[in-house]
Amino acid sequence: MRAIDLAVVGAGPAGLVAAIEGAKRGCSTVVVDRNPKPGGQLIKQIHKFFGSREHQAGTRGVDIAQRLFREAQALGVTLMLGWDVYDIRPGRLEVVRTSFVELTSDRPAASLHGATKTESISSAKIVLATGAEENAIHFDGWTLPGVMGAGAAQTMINVWRVLPGNRVLMVGSGNVGLIVTYQLLQAGADVAAIVEAASKIGGYGVHAAKVRRAGVPILTTHTVVEARGDSRVTGAVVAQLDASWNPVPGSEKTFDVDTICVATGLRPNTRLASLAGCQLTNSSVLGGWVPIHNNQLETTVPGIYVAGDVSGIEEASTALEEGRLAGISAASSLGKSSACDEEEIRTIDERLRSLRGGPFCQPIQDAKQELVRIGESACPKE
Amino acid sequence: MSEGIAVNGYVSQQELEQSPGYPSQERLQQGPVVVIECPQEIPCNPCEEACPYQAITVGEPITNCPQLHEEKCIGCGVCIAQCPGLAIFLVDLTYSERLAAVAFPYEYLPLPEVGQKVTTVNRAGEPVCEGEVIKVMNAKANDRTPVITVSVPRKYATTVRSISCPGR
Amino acid sequence: MRVVHHPILGDLPKSRKAKIQVDGKEIPAVAGEPIAAAMAAAGIRVHRYTADRKEPRGIFCAIGQCTDCVMTVNAVPNARTCITPVVDGMVVETQHGSGQGKLR
Repeated sequence: MRAIDLAVVGAGPAGLVAAIEGAKRGCSTVVVDRNPKPGGQLIKQIHKFFGSREHQAGTRGVDIAQRLFREAQALGVTLMLGWDVYDIRPGRLEVVRTSFVELTSDRPAASLHGATKTESISSAKIVLATGAEENAIHFDGWTLPGVMGAGAAQTMINVWRVLPGNRVLMVGSGNVGLIVTYQLLQAGADVAAIVEAASKIGGYGVHAAKVRRAGVPILTTHTVVEARGDSRVTGAVVAQLDASWNPVPGSEKTFDVDTICVATGLRPNTRLASLAGCQLTNSSVLGGWVPIHNNQLETTVPGIYVAGDVSGIEEASTALEEGRLAGISAASSLGKSSACDEEEIRTIDERLRSLRGGPFCQPIQDAKQELVRIGESACPKE
Repeated sequence: MSEGIAVNGYVSQQELEQSPGYPSQERLQQGPVVVIECPQEIPCNPCEEACPYQAITVGEPITNCPQLHEEKCIGCGVCIAQCPGLAIFLVDLTYSERLAAVAFPYEYLPLPEVGQKVTTVNRAGEPVCEGEVIKVMNAKANDRTPVITVSVPRKYATTVRSISCPGR
Repeated sequence: MRVVHHPILGDLPKSRKAKIQVDGKEIPAVAGEPIAAAMAAAGIRVHRYTADRKEPRGIFCAIGQCTDCVMTVNAVPNARTCITPVVDGMVVETQHGSGQGKLR
């Protein structure tokens, strides 16, 4: 069993940065992630980031991930990639190798000879940076192979360099739907249309503009009502919605597609937080159930922190800032702080405020403030 | 927040002319100048730092729409590849007697070649006219955002914003 | 279909090749990529059939969270093919229900 200062679950932007800040302050640190490649959702973001220079604006997400991974390694952070956390208690994680199939099969790979299947990690502090899950919407045929999350398509094309299909219907015009549409075009797929149930496009106008000038129609007040096909998607039926969001009879249009990407929102992945006993609260603006946390990002369970999308669906830029804050808070609670912590925390708060400014983000700003307000009374005090 | 872009997915002429990133008719007639098609308040400001002539300001908060100082803009187009939203274009109404030049960011393969005849498209992706590629810039500093310049009949310079991708 | 040339990611890098079997049919793979990627490249989209209604399922999340893509691999059921790396000679089978096989 390993005994360490800081365990971070999730090697995405929030997790890697939390680990980096912990390690910088002298914490023995381990990051656990079930995926073979580190970087979380960053490694699929091949577009240039917005924000300001401090927020890595103009840099492609995939390059930020590389930089963070190297920095974490250089600081001596142990990265357990290809490991799943299957149990959690305050101060303790139980992990299992993701591809245990290799260890239990008749012909295990030679490289795994002697390797263990499970491990226990005893850790004074835990940061849960478990990110988000993609929502599904139900329509006839929604379970057919070929219906997948937009993020799933993004993973296939940008990480594994494989097209999951050739002709796509995108459902949802938030930033994920718009960006993944653009990236599908870059990878050589065709996007027949984007359908958006609301009367306005959900994401940034500039993202929409890129795909509109590439010839992709965006049909507002429309949604998918059926995926056609026997063993796989061979077509999609789309209908217009009336003011009560009901399909208008006779408005159906069929698109000749083999893939339907669902970009209908993300929800925080709170499974481990919940298992650990962290209190959750429901916030539709933040994506659903979120762990209650205070200003230091500590949850209602002492020693367990959250950072990134698990604490409310936002962006990579906010995940980086929250990860920094969680790492600093966790280290500081172990007596391992740095002289400039106070100033760094002030800068992080300012940058978060700046990122959460503007009409697109005001509801999130309000929701996060409310979450912390609940947290200040529900979470442990210093 | 602007209405047109949130419904159609592209700016209306009205939104453009009301936005601080759009040059005056007078300036457009004088020579190459950028057109910043970013009418929403989003937290983003790399365009401000990109311009070597300080012709673009965003200021604080960074959700301000970018403001073009048209008298400072010399039409170098360095900002085009730096905008993460690919929302900046260059228009030169004085390119020749008959033709205007329009430069736009283009992150697809295949990249066209100088001299190639292409089908230009408008903001809705609809074909506008035939154009000729007069420049393809893909400098390392642009980090894989090539900038293509096409020449088109002058009357189309306000609507041409890209080219159709072959095979689509 | 593999994305060989990409405007941002560049050309496909050279990689070690592998061969895996899916329901007895050999398909090419890149060493270390997830089984689901090799299958998608080969145009195979059905990963399993549900227990009661025998309905086909394939990838949904592609990052190991939803378990829609599980198959029986080297006789072991419920392998999440989207995050299980390919090994040369792997035997992958369409899973029916919760699968039959060795659980240790």
